[in-house]
Amino acid sequence: MSISAEKKMPMIELSGVAKSFVLHNQGSAVIPVMAGAELRVEAGECVALTGASGAGKSTLMRMIYGNYRANAGQIVVGGVDVASAEPREIIQLRREVLGYVSQFLRVVPRVPTLDVVAEPLLSLGVEEEKARARAAELLARLNIPERLWSLSPTTFSGGEQQRVNIARGFAHDYPALLLDEPTASLDPVNRAVVLELIEAAKARGAAIVGIFHDAEARARVCDREEDVSAFTPQAAA
Amino acid sequence: MSDYNFAYLDEQTKRMIRRAILKGLAVPGYQVPFASREMPMPYGWGTGGVQVSAATLTPEDTFKVIDQGSDDTTNAVSIRKFFEKTAGVAVTEETEQASVIQTRHRIPEAELTEDQILVYQVPIPEPLRFLEPRETETRKMHSLEEYGLMHVKLYEDISQHGAIATSYAYPVKVSDRYVMDPSPIPKFDNPKLEMAAIQLFGAGREQRIYAVPPYTKVVSLDFEDFPFEATKADHACDLCAAEDSYLDEVILDDAGNRMFVCSDTDYCRGRREAGHVGRLGEEAA
Amino acid sequence: MTPLLQVTGIEKRYGARIGCADVNFDLYPGEVMGIVGESGSGKSTLLNCLAGHLKPDAGQVIFDTRADGPVDTVTMSEPARRMLGRTDWAFVHQHARDGLRMNVSAGGNIGERLMAVGARHYGDIRNRAVDWLDRVEIAEGRVDDRPSAFSGGMQQRLQIARNLVTEPRLVFMDEPTGGLDVSVQARLLDLLRGLVRQMGLSALIVTHDLAVVRLLADRLMVMKDGHVVESGLTDQVLDDPQHAYTQLLVSSVLQV
Repeated sequence: MSISAEKKMPMIELSGVAKSFVLHNQGSAVIPVMAGAELRVEAGECVALTGASGAGKSTLMRMIYGNYRANAGQIVVGGVDVASAEPREIIQLRREVLGYVSQFLRVVPRVPTLDVVAEPLLSLGVEEEKARARAAELLARLNIPERLWSLSPTTFSGGEQQRVNIARGFAHDYPALLLDEPTASLDPVNRAVVLELIEAAKARGAAIVGIFHDAEARARVCDREEDVSAFTPQAAA
Repeated sequence: MSDYNFAYLDEQTKRMIRRAILKGLAVPGYQVPFASREMPMPYGWGTGGVQVSAATLTPEDTFKVIDQGSDDTTNAVSIRKFFEKTAGVAVTEETEQASVIQTRHRIPEAELTEDQILVYQVPIPEPLRFLEPRETETRKMHSLEEYGLMHVKLYEDISQHGAIATSYAYPVKVSDRYVMDPSPIPKFDNPKLEMAAIQLFGAGREQRIYAVPPYTKVVSLDFEDFPFEATKADHACDLCAAEDSYLDEVILDDAGNRMFVCSDTDYCRGRREAGHVGRLGEEAA
Repeated sequence: MTPLLQVTGIEKRYGARIGCADVNFDLYPGEVMGIVGESGSGKSTLLNCLAGHLKPDAGQVIFDTRADGPVDTVTMSEPARRMLGRTDWAFVHQHARDGLRMNVSAGGNIGERLMAVGARHYGDIRNRAVDWLDRVEIAEGRVDDRPSAFSGGMQQRLQIARNLVTEPRLVFMDEPTGGLDVSVQARLLDLLRGLVRQMGLSALIVTHDLAVVRLLADRLMVMKDGHVVESGLTDQVLDDPQHAYTQLLVSSVLQV
């Protein structure tokens, strides 16, 4: 079941989103991180989140993915309000609509690289052969040597793991994508490949939110920027 | 006039046993608990069979006892003498003449009639016992008709021996409901379990009685691709030439010579008297 | 969509002491729910109440049966519940010995559930057993061996095969990797992940190991002193714990 992205309705829409961390085991310290956050991303758009380190860029991205809980507001992705949806709705969303390339590759021991990348397609019911073929295509494009495809990425270098992560993130044509530092720790050749992948995703209508420290990359693929420091509680109007 | 009450047991005990027997007949194959009494022989020597016979016998009955088909083993003789003394009933070795037959581990070759009762001596009444040691669990299995485990035993046999290796005490399903242990009769005898006579089973040490009424359906368990076969040794009786009776193998000397004879001594005698002669038999005078 | 399992108000007391109380949740087809907590949290009590091993003092456990729709398994007749336990439900014990017949061959162990629901063709039963041994990565040649001759990891995998052969829709697991060596655990978890996905299983997994839930579970319930203190999406509960106890639990896990 695919969720249609009408041109009128944005693919990703945040309104009134707030978050604080309460550290119960450290004297119940309350750390407000965000208040009154707003964001709209249309299909085919790429928006960069900017702001100083610690301003909440990754936090906001994780909230869109449902990995962090929002204390207030709505986070609507493809018609589903992640802030209030049932776990299984979020899981379905993540499987079909919303992709996420984080900074870290969480490695499951024993699973070969090819299967790691093919997994999003396999869980969508795509046949094994077809899924693996697509995975192979992406790994080749990202310059991961074929002899590594049957090994688990556990022992790969940081850059190699990052490329496997990216391959997995682009295996399925997600209508919405979240990219956290996709070009970090990549050499110029692979950086260019990733930017091409992002441009292709935009061209097919994906709504993308990205965090790029690399100003050049940001300038090339992003249509506009949103400074998250605008949502820092002290700065809220 | 004997010093004993008729058939040794007091009337109340016989009444209790008869109630158990009636219940067993009403629910074919179901193990009915009963208050097994201390008999003048140790457990393991047929006390269950003796108690059922004692409760069943009337002064008009004619009683026969066989032990592995033979009337003249020590135990068959002593049980027969026991009832001669305590019940004063007529006794016989001829199957057709008996009205009550107590047996250890065989069914007579001669077809039994509606006027006869066959009483079996049973060591372990529970067919599932060796797979499931818990009595609580086996009772549940019987009451809920959960007999998958019984087929597991047969499966294990085939996987280890290539065929169902159980050659005696072969489990049966009675009246499409209860799985029963027919006592350690050879599987050759299983087809005879569908008969015209009343069959009663007594286990003294385990304190259970069960029964199969006349003309009840009794099916030996098997697999579709490994059907039940009532096999026996591929010989004829060396004394009477019978081809269709269950045989005992007897070693004759140190050189390894052996002979096969009918396990049912009365059946063999009857055939010889009628003129049949086997390989090692002598012409009747 | 009808939930596969609807749990309301489950409570089990031991005198004045609470085993578990006030547990409510729905489980949908294909969902894997982890139940975590430390010793004494009530997680095993809860699992046993849900699986019908213990009778709860209050509450309902409504299962969407194939034949009759949603039925409360707490008040179900025993024969019906036992039948459910052999067909649509499965229970993987922590100790393989509790879930296997140690004196029956591997093939017999797997075949038992089939024979219990009427399979009567030896050849077919054996073929299915061999097929399942292959799926749980046990060599075919071991089909006639007794589990007493297997390693701990193999026994556990055999237990899984024995349970899954009748293609149940709901699997209860009590510390499925407990007591196994780390490398063996990894292999088992991998196997479980694959089978859950291939067979579209729903599962309830009790464990004290957060790494196991992160790998296997879609959702998580955190228990303390018999109560559920937090529940939600697994990665959300582990990465953004809200309750004090959950935060303590997560921060206590040693990173390698």
